[in-house]
Parts: sequence; structure tokens; C-alpha cells
Amino acid sequence: MRRPSVLIGALSLLAIGAAALFLTWGVDGHWDFALPRRAQQVAALVVVGTAIAVSTVIFQTITRNRILTPSIMGFDALYVLLATSVVFFLGSATAAAIPPLTMFLIRACLLMVAATLLFRLVLGNGKRGLYTLVLVGVIAGTFFSSLTSFMFRVMDPNEYDSLLSTLFASFNAIDTTLLGIATVLLALGIGAAYWLGPQLDVLTLGRDRAVALGINYQRTLTMLLLVIALLVSVSTALVGPISFLGLLVANLAYQLTRTYRHAVNLTVAALLAVLALIAGQALLQHVLHFNGTLSAIINLVGGVYFILLLVKESRK
Amino acid sequence: MKSSSRIAAVAPWVAAALVLILGVGSLFLGVADVSLHDVLTDPDVRSVFLISRVPRTVALILAGAAMAVAGLIMQHLARNRFVSPTTAGTIDAAALGLLTATLLFAGASVMSKILIAMLFALAGSLLFIVLIQRIQFKDLILVPLVGLLLGGVFRAIAEFFAYRNNLTQTLDVWLNGDFSGVIQGRYETLYFAGVVALVAYLFANWFTVAGMGRDFATNVGVNYKVVMGAGLTIAALATAVVVVTVGAIPFLGLIVPNIVTLMMGDNMRRVLPTTALAGAALVIACDMLGRWIIFPYEIAVGTIVGVVGSAIFLVLVLRRNRYAQA
Amino acid sequence: MITTSDLTKVYDKTVVVDHVSVSLPDAGVTSVIGANGAGKSTLLSMISRILDADAGLVAVDGLDVFNAPSREIAKRLSILRQETHMTARITVREVVEFGRYPHSRGRLTAECVHKVDEAIAYCDLGEFEQRGIHELSGGQRQRAFIAMVLAQDTRYVLLDEPLNNLDMPHATSVMKLLRRLADDHGKSIVLVLHDINYASVYSDRIVAMKDGVIAADGPPESVMNADTLESIYGMRFSVIDLDGDRIAAYFR
Repeated sequence: MRRPSVLIGALSLLAIGAAALFLTWGVDGHWDFALPRRAQQVAALVVVGTAIAVSTVIFQTITRNRILTPSIMGFDALYVLLATSVVFFLGSATAAAIPPLTMFLIRACLLMVAATLLFRLVLGNGKRGLYTLVLVGVIAGTFFSSLTSFMFRVMDPNEYDSLLSTLFASFNAIDTTLLGIATVLLALGIGAAYWLGPQLDVLTLGRDRAVALGINYQRTLTMLLLVIALLVSVSTALVGPISFLGLLVANLAYQLTRTYRHAVNLTVAALLAVLALIAGQALLQHVLHFNGTLSAIINLVGGVYFILLLVKESRK
Repeated sequence: MKSSSRIAAVAPWVAAALVLILGVGSLFLGVADVSLHDVLTDPDVRSVFLISRVPRTVALILAGAAMAVAGLIMQHLARNRFVSPTTAGTIDAAALGLLTATLLFAGASVMSKILIAMLFALAGSLLFIVLIQRIQFKDLILVPLVGLLLGGVFRAIAEFFAYRNNLTQTLDVWLNGDFSGVIQGRYETLYFAGVVALVAYLFANWFTVAGMGRDFATNVGVNYKVVMGAGLTIAALATAVVVVTVGAIPFLGLIVPNIVTLMMGDNMRRVLPTTALAGAALVIACDMLGRWIIFPYEIAVGTIVGVVGSAIFLVLVLRRNRYAQA
Repeated sequence: MITTSDLTKVYDKTVVVDHVSVSLPDAGVTSVIGANGAGKSTLLSMISRILDADAGLVAVDGLDVFNAPSREIAKRLSILRQETHMTARITVREVVEFGRYPHSRGRLTAECVHKVDEAIAYCDLGEFEQRGIHELSGGQRQRAFIAMVLAQDTRYVLLDEPLNNLDMPHATSVMKLLRRLADDHGKSIVLVLHDINYASVYSDRIVAMKDGVIAADGPPESVMNADTLESIYGMRFSVIDLDGDRIAAYFR
């Protein structure tokens, strides 16, 4: 038995250390310029890491496996597609007139509706095999992003990249204007996740046992899906899609905690994600000067890990 | 049964007719107005026609046929309907090879780029084969899934180095096939892909035998390893030529062989010509769509095929239970 | 009392449970028997609201199970079904603690801890308490889940084929445990059984189903006779009296 409080304390210290490194490394006296900018980046990474970790752990509990994640099921690609569709169907002039905050909320609401519907459509009857679900998710993600780039082309045949960069964030261009609202929504999502923690614990036993223990399954599932969609919106709006971070931190968290309790797993997974993002970005950006390669490295490490996980699972 | 054999008899002719009709359509679709009469009478129009329209249409036919044949060979050798250059990491490996060639040997000739891209594609396919041999239970679904993820890993490596060298946009272009730049003198390498498809046809029976499994192949006196290596090389070469010359055309090698074998059965020698024609027809159709939707601008064929191909692949996977028994 | 009225379930146009109206008592052991596909498990799943009914009602102590707050039902009725998929990372004691969820919503009170201890002792699980549930043998795991429904402390305990995959010593010990539960704690145990002789020996009442309807219902003495069993299963039986128990033989 590991003591969760020791683990959480140690991870918190590491995350704080990484943040300090990120904020101060190589500033060379340009403090008033560098510090506020870097502080915003750290804040964004904390929000993104937490949102991804929490949404992944919840998703894995309701689907009862360690392989599916919202991002692998194409949720973040869907967010980007929906966001593009808004501009596509309203026209870029109308869309530009909508204040960014309102726009963000519109997109988040659209994702909540679409993700809940899609989840029920694809996973609903529970008869499809796990690998089929993953494959469907991966292809659906490709489909969503192909459709997105198709819409971009149609909207703006010449200025493809300029429109792309004004509409969408990435690790290289974190959308800090949304940081405030993202933090509020994150707090809302986390609050709901911890409040639903005991219900999540019971869901570990499966739908039937949860119903037998007095869980209102449909209502709980809907609430959890809404929380997931909200958190995916938050992270995707700030830095764009990141495929495998959730998979990595959730599985690592289970390894470390060896418990089913969500109060512990959610916290540890979130700390791991924050630590990975800040330490990774600090190392790449400030120490190695490999700017803009974080998502490629996450995709590389995560992809290899995912393949190994699949090969291992198939041998059971 | 009777109706399906009738489909099998008609399908090659339908595919050939489609290629012909679409090919002619492609010749006369474009920003500059070109009519048959002008081609015959006006030397300026004729030169536009010969320098741009004809090469583009020929390139579409060659690339489409080659990718479809590469997919057909790979699904036979892997004994899995969902294995193709897209779902075995081959395309991404070829792009990684092209990036390597560009970075390490600045000013390398097109031929040497193709060679390096082919070696990477071959190595990527071999890694994929080794990986799926480690999977105990060869699930119809798990195998292409591993391949897609492997492709993602290759792409991540390519993205890393592309970003470090300011080649991100170039990489995007390679990964998204586009025929708008095809003119006389800049597509002829695609004839290699055509030759490759032809060679595949000559040796089709061997691939059919190898597709029955190692034991069966050995039993009838076919050297399994040689056929396997030859098949993978053909698929890798076709993919590399297409990626280097016009950019990747995703999913084509997956959906075309699936649809054709669904109608005509699994005998490779019989299916291969139709597969090649259907691949050509589909690519021409998608390219014409891309030229037409936002006329006078163009949408790259890779984008159109990406949407159409992933949608069809989704349908194939979701109705797989009925399909697998058919 | 649990009462169903006109309870019906249809799968793909096949009527699995056909307008079943039955009352289950406040106490004692009631066994539900019948051939495969007779609708036993479906009936039990609907009574415990795990499965929605296509028509009909279920009332537990007057509460409509499909519409009353799920938590109120969970304080009165528990169900144990066959389910093999079980996550790692969960100990036997934690499984039993889940039984207290309807009462405490995850925050165990002193009374909860007491009930959990009691359930663990009652099912003889003391030595496995801190073991992972996936490390146990089939019989031990079954006892752990019985302990969980015990900790749930409901008047009605429903079990769907609790003897599946158990060898004879384990099966008998589970049946003894259930009998004691009815006798010592005054609970009402309702279980689906395949082995009609276990049903005969341990039950106060046997409900036999055939083709979605109730084919026979009464004390073992009235159901356990050759003619009734033959009409339920469509094969020949001979029933003998063995030290006061009625035992059916159907091997020839």
C-alpha cells in the first residue's frame, strides 16, 4: 500500500520545481518582459494538463478500460471541426463579430451536445469490441480533421495558413486570451468531477452493479459526458488537440496509486500531466531551445507506449 | 451466386469505361477554356493541353492505379483486409524518408529521393510486420490499428525534424497529395509506379499463394520469404514514387481493394486490373471534384480523398460483421 | 413484499418474459428454476431494475422500482449477478464497503464499518480482507460479492445463478450461507438456480418458469414431483425421498 498523500505531495513539489525552472531559466535580466509572459504559459499548461488528465480518467472509468481516451475517440478533433463549422456556416464576417468568449462558449456547448450524442451512438449498446472502438475513434479523428481542412480550403483558398493560425491554438501559439474563462470552466469541471467521485468509484464495478447500488446510471453518465466535453473544449481551445498525453498520465497514475479511488487517481493523473507539460516545455524551450516540438514528442512517446500497450493487452 | 458472378464479369469493363469518361472529363476541366476544336486548330491551346492537361490526367491514372495495387498486395500478404499503405505506416515512413533525403543530401536528384523514400517505406512495412507477429491474436481490427499508430509515430518523428528545420509546411505538402503542380517534365517518375503495377500483375499468382499462408506456400513450392519481400518492395516503391512526385494519397489503397474484392472475390490475378482501374477512376473523380468545388481555385486531391476515404473506411469497419461473413 | 404485475420483456420479437404476475415473500428462501431461456434471469433483472421492462410494474414494499429514487430501492433490495470482468486495484474489503454506498454515499460511518466487519466475518473472508479481488479463486470471489450484498443490508437479496462455476464444496457452503441468512437475519432470499436438487433442499418455495410464464409455484413438496418437473423441462424424472428431502434424478 502506497500512501497517496506522500505521492501527491512529492508530485506537487516536482511540479512546482518544474514551474520555477520554466519561469526563471535563461531570463538574463529581462524580468518584466519574460516573467508575465511565462507565467501565463505556465498557467495555461496547468489548465490544459489538468483538463486532459481529469477527462481521460473519467472517460476510462465509464468505458471501463485503460486504452480509450477522449482524444483517441476523436473528441478534440471534433471540437476543432465544430469550431470550424461555426465559421463555415455563419461566414467569417459574422463569426468575427462574435466576441471570443461567446464564441468559446458556443463551441463548448456544441461539443457537449455532439460528444454526448456520438458517444451513445458508437458506444451505446456496448456490443462493439474494444479494438473496433479504438479503430473507429482513430479513423473518426482523421475524418474530422480532413473535413476541417476541407472547410478551410473552401473558405479561404489562398490564405490557408493565416486563417488556420488565427482560428486555432497550438503549443507554439497558446491562446492566452481565453485563459480566464478556461480557468473558470476548468474549476467547474473539476468541482463536478470530485463531487461525482464516489459515483465514479461505484461505476468502477460496472453498470449493473452500480445500478444495483442505487446509482441513477443514465443521469450520472450524461453528467460525466458533459464534464468530459467541457474539459476537452477547455484544453483544445487553449493548445489544440494532443493525442496521447491523457493515455500516458492516466495509466501512469494507476500504476503509481494502485487504487480505484477517484479522489486519488484524478489528483495524481492531473499532477502528472501538469508536471509532464511544464517540465517538457521548460526543457525543450528554455534548455534545449527546441521550440515548438512538445506535441511531436508527446505523440512520439505516447504512440510508442500505445502500441506496446495494445501488443501487451492482446497477449492476455 | 449468379448475380455476383455477373458483377464480376461486368466490373472490369465498368471500371475501364469510368477511367475513360473521367479521363476525358479531366482533360477538358480547368481554368483555361479548352475545347476539342481549339486543341486541333490553335497551337497555343494545344500546348496548354499537352504540357498541363495530358500530364495531369496521366499522372492521376498512374498514381491511383499504383496506390490501389499497393494496397491490394499488402492486404493479401498480411492476410488482413484492412492493411494498406495508410494502415501499415508505409506512407508516413516514405514521407520520413523523403524528409531525411532532403535534410541529409541537399540537392539530391528525384531518383535518389525516391530510392531513399522507398527504403524507409520498406523498413517501415517490415517493422509493422515484425510488430504484428508479436500480437498473439491477429485481430482483423487490431492489426490496422497498430499500423495506423505506427504511422503516427513515424509522422511525429518527421514533424520533430521538420519543425527544427522549418520544413513543417513542406511536410504538410508531402502528406497531402496534390496534382495542381503536375506539368510535363515533373511527373514522369510516376511511370515507375505504372511499371510496378504491371510487374505486380505478372506475379499476381505468387501473391495469391503467399496470401494463403506460409505453410500453404511452402507446400506448393513457393519461397514464402522471397515473395513476401518482393511484394512489400513493390508496395513500398509504388508508395514512395507517389509520395515523392505528387504527395500522399491516403486510404486509397485501403478502400479500393476492399470494394473491388467485395464484388469480385479474392483471386488476385483476376481482381488486380479492376482494382488498378477503379483506383485510377476514384482519384480522377476526387481530383475533378477538387478542381470544381471552389473553381477557379483548387482543393488538393489528398484532402478530398482524406474525407471520402476515412468516411468509407468507417463504414467498412462498422459493418464489418456482415462484411466478414460475406 | 415484492409484487410484479404483467411484467413483460421482448427481445427481437421474442417474448422472453410474458405478463408475469408474482409475489415474493418478506422472508425465507425462494428459488426460481427452469430451462435455459425460460426467462428466469430476465425476470430477476427486471425486478431489480437493472433491465427496463417493456410492460408491467414491479413494486418493492409498495415502491415502484422503475420510478422511485434508485437509492431508496438500493436500501431495500440488492442483487448479485454473474459478471466476470473485474478491475484490478480493488481489495476484498473495498468491495464489501461498496455495499454501504446506498446508505453512506461513499463516506463510511461507524455503523457502516461495523456492518462491513460483520459481513466479512459472516462470509469467512477475514484472511483475504486486504487481498486484491482478482487474486481470489472463483468461490472466494463469489463469497466476497455475497458479503457485499450482505453489507448493503437489504430485506430482499436477489442472486442470479450464484452457484455457477463453483465446485460442490463451495456450492454447498454458499447455499448454507444463504439459508442461515434467511433464518438468522429474517431476510428474503430469491435466487435463480439450475440445480433443482439444491432448490429442493434449501428453499421454502420454488417458482418454476417455462417459456416466459410461471409454470409452477409452491413449496418443494408440491413442485418436486415427476409430473410437474416433466412438464417444466420436457424430460423424464424420478423423484425420491431422501431423509425428508425430495431429490430428483434425471440421468437416464
